[in-house]
Amino acid sequence: MSDSSSSRPLVTFDGVSKRYGGVTAVHTMNLEIYEGEFLAIMGPSGCGKTTSLRMLAGLEEPSDGEIRLDGQRINEINSVERDTPMVWQSLALFPFLNVQKNVEFGLKMRQVPAAERQARARKWLERMEILELAERDISQLSGGQKQRVALARSLVTEPRILLLDEPLSALDANLVIRMQGVLSRLQKELGITFVYVTHSQSEAFAMSDRVVIMSQGRIEQLGSPKEIYRSPASRFVADFVGANNILSGSVSQVGSNLEIETALGIFQCDPGSKGAHRVGDSLDMVISADLVQISQDDPRIQNSLQCRFISEEFVGSIVTLFAELQDGSDFKIQTRQRDLAKISLEEGDTFFVSWSAADAHLISSGRVLDA
Amino acid sequence: MSKGASKNLLLRGYVVLVFIFVFTPIVTSFIFSVNSDRFPTIPLGHFTTHWYETIFADPDVWDAFRVSGIVSITVATLATFIGFCTAYTDYRYNFTGKALYLSLALLPPTIPLVIMGLAMLALLARINMSGEIYSIVVSHVVLCSPFAMAVIRMRLAQINPDLESAAWNLGASNWRAMREVIVPFCRPAIASAFCLTAAVSFDEFAVAWFVSGLNKTVPVIILEILQGNTDPQINAIGSIVFITSMTLVILAQLILMRKTINQTATGI
Repeated sequence: MSDSSSSRPLVTFDGVSKRYGGVTAVHTMNLEIYEGEFLAIMGPSGCGKTTSLRMLAGLEEPSDGEIRLDGQRINEINSVERDTPMVWQSLALFPFLNVQKNVEFGLKMRQVPAAERQARARKWLERMEILELAERDISQLSGGQKQRVALARSLVTEPRILLLDEPLSALDANLVIRMQGVLSRLQKELGITFVYVTHSQSEAFAMSDRVVIMSQGRIEQLGSPKEIYRSPASRFVADFVGANNILSGSVSQVGSNLEIETALGIFQCDPGSKGAHRVGDSLDMVISADLVQISQDDPRIQNSLQCRFISEEFVGSIVTLFAELQDGSDFKIQTRQRDLAKISLEEGDTFFVSWSAADAHLISSGRVLDA
Repeated sequence: MSKGASKNLLLRGYVVLVFIFVFTPIVTSFIFSVNSDRFPTIPLGHFTTHWYETIFADPDVWDAFRVSGIVSITVATLATFIGFCTAYTDYRYNFTGKALYLSLALLPPTIPLVIMGLAMLALLARINMSGEIYSIVVSHVVLCSPFAMAVIRMRLAQINPDLESAAWNLGASNWRAMREVIVPFCRPAIASAFCLTAAVSFDEFAVAWFVSGLNKTVPVIILEILQGNTDPQINAIGSIVFITSMTLVILAQLILMRKTINQTATGI
């Protein structure tokens, strides 16, 4: 988010750790979340993303450090005033209350008079386009409708921040896309902060201003979706996000371009503006699958490799090719179906992949080397 | 195929036999309760409600029903409350000694009733609490709470653990979440536990016999009538007790089953 540095942080994670017995779920986490931003926290299961969210919701207390909401320690704010509502993966709608009563729940806890409660609940049901379901039982709703009830229930108190814990994981694919649209629009219209925990890259990248990638209780990278996609900060992020090919090697020559020596040959790499590499530095070269060109004949440039075709996977107009390099490692190529039509490949066929020196991204011992 | 069919037939026959075995005495007792002959012999005499009239003309029997009624409703209330609290602590908390806590909580029904009755009498007599209605209540609460706990615990096992957290997250205190979420969710099980414990208390003889003193419950008065004379009065009163208990137990089952089916259908 471009203006994030100018707005003030709404939430601050200040050296937050969470331990359960001997297991550390979250490790000295520092993070600032700004007013009005859509922040996604993403990582594999068990990376500490849900624990972080639960601490932010005040449901768990940090073992060390503190989380501040608008300057106040979360666990010192009483439950009624905290107002950090959460949309649960299981939705956690109350099965013994109808839709309207579910939405009113947060207001009831805040002693809002019945008439006002009803009016506010109905306003949100209308906003979520489910007013006609107000009297229904939860059991009579479809997945998408339940989703909207859960959103209305969380937003009815008009909080400044909404926490979402993998809310779309139970929906089928086309409904996910639709709900992503609903969430994005809602967040922009309301201008409040959304903190969205997910393991799905497409959800995180489609909606958020900034993405936090977590692994084993630590933040691996924090940045815009584009930064994370194009400049992964560590090998973990490069593996976890997108479709990246990683070649390990070491610097063999420093010039206008770096030369990287790997088991498969020597490759050219644009070190970018910040690069300070010496001969002998070991690093990983990340080549995004969508920046790779393919050809049937040897392109006779330095950054090319011969590989053997294994299989392909169509997702709409984009095709992912899976190939094997000479040393047996995998190589992925993403291309438009239109471009693929120019060459014909059968299983076992060999072909060539190539990329430009500027498109290879370098990672060294977890540190970013290029800009 | 014919082998499978005959096996099936055999199994069905077996089930029917088991039911006959279980219900014959009860059905017999009911039949003789409306039979005019004084002794249970075949062929039967004519239909009569005489024995029921005799029973209800007896003030001691009325008194026994009154005591049983007071006792079973009080016991059901207390035992359901205690059972709920025990089940909730089991659901919500983990602590050292939890296994011991649970086995102690579930222990009473495994103690032979005569031993339990004797022990209760010994204790209550020592602290001058025996022979009163509340003596029966105390003893029956001990006996019935585990049943209530078992029923409510089953219900709590079905709850989505996020529900309570969701209530806290929406601003409820611990108590408020209990009142607004846990209790409503458990309501069918609570109603069911109430009926079940009322039935157990209403039926129970051995412990009541030891501690009741002059406040006889229905099962105790049945034994007295039986000792005094043998006529179909016993069958009449037995049938009433049976119908009362079965109604309560079946009600308990129905309440629980209906709600469970509803909620399972929602997938929540």
